Amino acid sequence: MYVAVKGGETAVKNSRKLVAKARRGSKNIPEIQAEQIENQLGLAVDRVMAEGALYDRKAAVHAIKQSQGDLVEAIFLVRAFRTTLKRFGNSRPVDTGKMKVLRRVSGAFKDIPGGQILGPTYDYTHRLIEFEDEPELLQSQGDPQGDTGGTPGEKNEHLTRVVAILIKQGLMNPGQEELIGEKIEDLTRQPLKIPASRSVRLQAMARGDEGFLLGSAYSLQRGFGLDRHPFLGELRVGFVEVMVTPPELGFDIKVGEIKVTECFMINRNNGTKEDAPGFENGYGLVFGQNERKAMSVSLLDRSLQNSEKDSDNKYPARSQEFILSHSDNVESSGFVQHLKLPHYVDFQSELISIRNLRKKHWKNRKKKDESHL
Amino acid sequence: MSHTYNFAYLDEQSKKMIRRSVLKAMAIPGFQVPFGGREMPLPYGWGTGGIQLTASLLGKEDVLKVIDQGSDDTVNAVSIKDFFRKTAGIRITENTPEATLIQTRHRIPETPLKQGQIMVYQVPIPEPLQFIEPRRPETLKMHAFEEYGAMYVKLYEDISKHDRIVTAFDYPALVHGRYIMSPSPIPKFDNPKLHQSPAIHIFGAGREKRIYAVPPYTDVISLDFEDYPFELETWEESCAICGSGTSFLDEIITDDKGSRLFVCSDTEYCRKNGKKEA
Repeated sequence: MYVAVKGGETAVKNSRKLVAKARRGSKNIPEIQAEQIENQLGLAVDRVMAEGALYDRKAAVHAIKQSQGDLVEAIFLVRAFRTTLKRFGNSRPVDTGKMKVLRRVSGAFKDIPGGQILGPTYDYTHRLIEFEDEPELLQSQGDPQGDTGGTPGEKNEHLTRVVAILIKQGLMNPGQEELIGEKIEDLTRQPLKIPASRSVRLQAMARGDEGFLLGSAYSLQRGFGLDRHPFLGELRVGFVEVMVTPPELGFDIKVGEIKVTECFMINRNNGTKEDAPGFENGYGLVFGQNERKAMSVSLLDRSLQNSEKDSDNKYPARSQEFILSHSDNVESSGFVQHLKLPHYVDFQSELISIRNLRKKHWKNRKKKDESHL
Repeated sequence: MSHTYNFAYLDEQSKKMIRRSVLKAMAIPGFQVPFGGREMPLPYGWGTGGIQLTASLLGKEDVLKVIDQGSDDTVNAVSIKDFFRKTAGIRITENTPEATLIQTRHRIPETPLKQGQIMVYQVPIPEPLQFIEPRRPETLKMHAFEEYGAMYVKLYEDISKHDRIVTAFDYPALVHGRYIMSPSPIPKFDNPKLHQSPAIHIFGAGREKRIYAVPPYTDVISLDFEDYPFELETWEESCAICGSGTSFLDEIITDDKGSRLFVCSDTEYCRKNGKKEA
């Protein structure tokens, strides 16, 4: 007569087997190779590295494969791997001014020193699905001219940042120094405190969920926190060198190159009695090529800077706590989905409580009805 | 890619950091200590706070028991045991008195705990004031100044509306006369087990990155009013398996006509109790 509340062990075992089977799919189709993911799904790899907060292409590739392409799940796998890795030191701040640029555009100026470099982008493609049975479309594209991405480009000279021009003209405060140096806090070692410093905010957003940040930035643009149009000062994608100075050697050693996307957003500031009118910048830096995310981070960076000063944070995207506490998809995905876990005990307590309330409700109703008679 | 993990998964530095936070939590009973919570290979909301505590407290000699909803055999408990069996290779038990460390979600075992045992709780929302005031900087101040009026007002509102306090689980308690604490979503039935308990109770919230504790022999008083004293859930039925009339009972629907029976939520206690009676 006893109902099966046991049997979790076998169920879990079987479930693991089933997901492994689902992951592999039909055995008649060759298994996807890690190299194929790395070479042909590069932007997925970039996203998993960025939100996984670990620049490790190999780990990201295997995570994507293991999660059947569910990128949030892959990000989770990378985070769980990252957490076990030892810290052996800090790199020098990367110099994005010396980036090997694959792509670099400004929406604020028609031409910029060094020129606009379109590089590999979907921006100007026609979004027509290239089904395999339509080979004509593929052929009509012709051969790409020059570098198409994935490897460092040719532009290796120092390209002046657009904002540097505005700073030089006194139209914008530099405001970047606070972000550089060894004293910056590390969000992955210390819990988030509100209000958070700018470096912590940028760290949180660099690993935050692309969709959440995009939607939040979009809400700013729609008037939920911004009262005027922002401008894209500069967006650049490329490879930067990672330098380390081992204390026992005392000189810089290049340990590798990483691909990053950097964005400066410009916002007008009409000034106050004390402060002269000018421009403010919002900054975003993310691993890999992810322009919509870097741009979203820049918009939010600026709106959260102002949230420190004014108490006007009635809009979510102007509230540090709202943005920073809810942007991590490993946290939010876990907690939303924990509702799948059993809650028998709490629900039992609710049942008892509700039944008691109902008993009283009907008793009172009865009394009331009787008094009406 | 081959990679070997440390004993009980976390690296020793992280464990040390967590143990330091635990010591602080033990020194200030009921106070939520922020800690550098690590990402774990299990999802947030599924016990990452508890798992981190267990990982940093486990030694090779420890005997671990994991329960979820009072049961040793529910899926999440099985999965967590599996994790520690794999990463720590320690002995796992279902026998409450034998366990040196018990990780739990939503229950405290019926078998009385003893000195030397550690209870580790998985906590979803460590802040008891969260649903009164969601902003963390505000609740920090409320705790600092012992400004707990809002909590009592909430309980009072229950009474004025429903003639009773309707909070059924995660029932707030005052720890040693100072901090109001969330006992985690255990049913209020279990709250009295925390009061003057000889065991150590440590609460871990992974996503919210906070640890708090009730050291042995500490007062844990469920909030109430003189004229509306704290009450426990009661059942008219007793357990259909072991006959216990004092344990927390789960309701089980046995057919689609609404028949139901009641069984102990604590499966290990139930099995033992059944044997004793037989």
